[in-house]
Amino acid sequence: MLYAFKIASRYLTASKAQTALLVLGVAVGVFIFIFMSALIGGLAEFIMARTAGDISHVTLQAEPVDPVLLHSFTGTTLLVQEPSTQKDALRDATNFLSLITDLPQVKAVSPQIAGSGVLRRGTKVAQVSIIGLEPGQESAILDLAGYMVGGDVQLRSGVVLLGKQLAEDLGLTLGQSVQVQSANGIDAALSVTGIYQIGAGGLDRRSIYVSLSTARTLFAMPQGLTRIEVKLFDLYAADAVTAHITALTGLPAKSWTEDGAQLLEALSAQAQTGYFLKTFAMITIIIGVASSILLSTYRRRPEIGIMRAMGASRRFVVLVFVLQGALIGLLGGLCGAAVGYLALLPFPTRDAFRSGTLPIDITQGSYGLAIALTFIGAVAASILPARAAARVDPVTAIGQ
Amino acid sequence: MTLLTVANLVKTFGSEQTETRVLRGLDLTLEKGQMAALLGPSGSGKSTLLTILGTLMQPTSGQHTMLGVDLTRASDADLTQFRNQHIGFVFQFHNLLPDFTALENVIFPTAIRDGRETAKARACGAELLIRMGLGERVHFPAANLSGGQKQRVAVARALMNAPELVLADEPTGNLDRASALQVMDLIGQINRDEGTTFLISTHDEKIASTCKRQIVVADGKVSG
Repeated sequence: MLYAFKIASRYLTASKAQTALLVLGVAVGVFIFIFMSALIGGLAEFIMARTAGDISHVTLQAEPVDPVLLHSFTGTTLLVQEPSTQKDALRDATNFLSLITDLPQVKAVSPQIAGSGVLRRGTKVAQVSIIGLEPGQESAILDLAGYMVGGDVQLRSGVVLLGKQLAEDLGLTLGQSVQVQSANGIDAALSVTGIYQIGAGGLDRRSIYVSLSTARTLFAMPQGLTRIEVKLFDLYAADAVTAHITALTGLPAKSWTEDGAQLLEALSAQAQTGYFLKTFAMITIIIGVASSILLSTYRRRPEIGIMRAMGASRRFVVLVFVLQGALIGLLGGLCGAAVGYLALLPFPTRDAFRSGTLPIDITQGSYGLAIALTFIGAVAASILPARAAARVDPVTAIGQ
Repeated sequence: MTLLTVANLVKTFGSEQTETRVLRGLDLTLEKGQMAALLGPSGSGKSTLLTILGTLMQPTSGQHTMLGVDLTRASDADLTQFRNQHIGFVFQFHNLLPDFTALENVIFPTAIRDGRETAKARACGAELLIRMGLGERVHFPAANLSGGQKQRVAVARALMNAPELVLADEPTGNLDRASALQVMDLIGQINRDEGTTFLISTHDEKIASTCKRQIVVADGKVSG
């Protein structure tokens, strides 16, 4: 093994330019592999952050209560109920908050009271969704602080945060007062202390945020919550955590994946595109190494003949050329990974991804995998030409 | 004492229609310590005989025994090992490994045997090169040596594992007269000092005359 390694490395150093070109070819393949891994991974991260990253991963919401029959009838009964704007409450939910918060997979918990209402300013009226949040936890689920374009995200009693479009529709600016009426018919005069812009028209025009205590007043809910939103460290664990929370609390919980199946499908398709591109890069590397080893064995046929005549076994000849392939794979893998890492350094980190920049995540370069696959691929690519070389008839080879 | 024996050796090439019978029942015995010249016209079967004796090729039929081992029934792996330990080769075109130094070429058979280049092998190889008059060229790349120097390196390589038999196929065929005589002097000296058996294939009668025994191959058999 040691001597075969010496011969293999000597063959590589004997023709430095050729070896350098070969290593460069492998390194380019590895660079493409790493760049694609970082790009596909970063893109997925960016899309997730912009979609599922800003939503609740597990939502606990009271189930609608079946309408109450005021009279009992015989035979078939057709029941018609007007749609209710008031949510049914999770009456004992507050008892379970600490239980949910303590789960290791849970990043943040946001107890909420939400319902519908209207916003009035003079003659202008807008129908809105009123969301009551715990002060200090305004950005627990949706990164409201990050979307603020004016004022302060801090909620307290008597203040409201509006979307930029809604503020423009009603002609509201910071510090002005606005009249809010909930679906329960309760009015409150709130002061606009913050304006946000999420970029989604619906949220910017139809949602307003108030403190939990303000929401309790507006919806006449001295106790309980209408929903609890939970954010996880790993959003792909949502289904398992949802089941766990339901078992733990008995409350009806829903995973984001129930409504986000299309997003997951798109991300899966994107990941598969990445796999294809990476596979092609790996195939290119394998073909490159195999052809170079094949060329080397042809060029060194007389030397193979001499080795065999001097008593080198077929296994030794195979080892020499497989080690040559392995060295090329290892060098190309290391060079490609190093260049790939350096080339990705100037790109912003995943926390600094912004619209308009290429979302490349340097941490998802799969460097170790790229080096390992290149090494294994190069070894595999060398086996066939090396075996063919070992079968060379020494008499014919020496005569060449 | 008998070193090797071949009996009724037959070697044919090609298929039925194009079959060429190169060796036709050849018999030969070599004693230990002999220095023999193998003579004969081109196509007489000299090179084929050397190749079979060197275990690089198996005969079509017949018996080949060396050091009491029946080599006609041995596997490729066994023949390879036997070749490494008991047989040395000197080819017409030296056939050195061009990317290695003179010393690395000389110790190649030992490194193959041991799996690595040992200090003992290096010392032994350097000593052989000094004996061949190449003390100044020990670490020279083989590709930079002259024809005569390359052939002397090849002789040193053939002797490295202290083989019982050295087969030389036209070892001076590619050298000028002075270099040829120098190589033959060295071979003769080693034969006398070490008792190594040499079988040298040559067309040159002057070279053949330096050997104690002349074996003439004609029409696939040993004549006379």
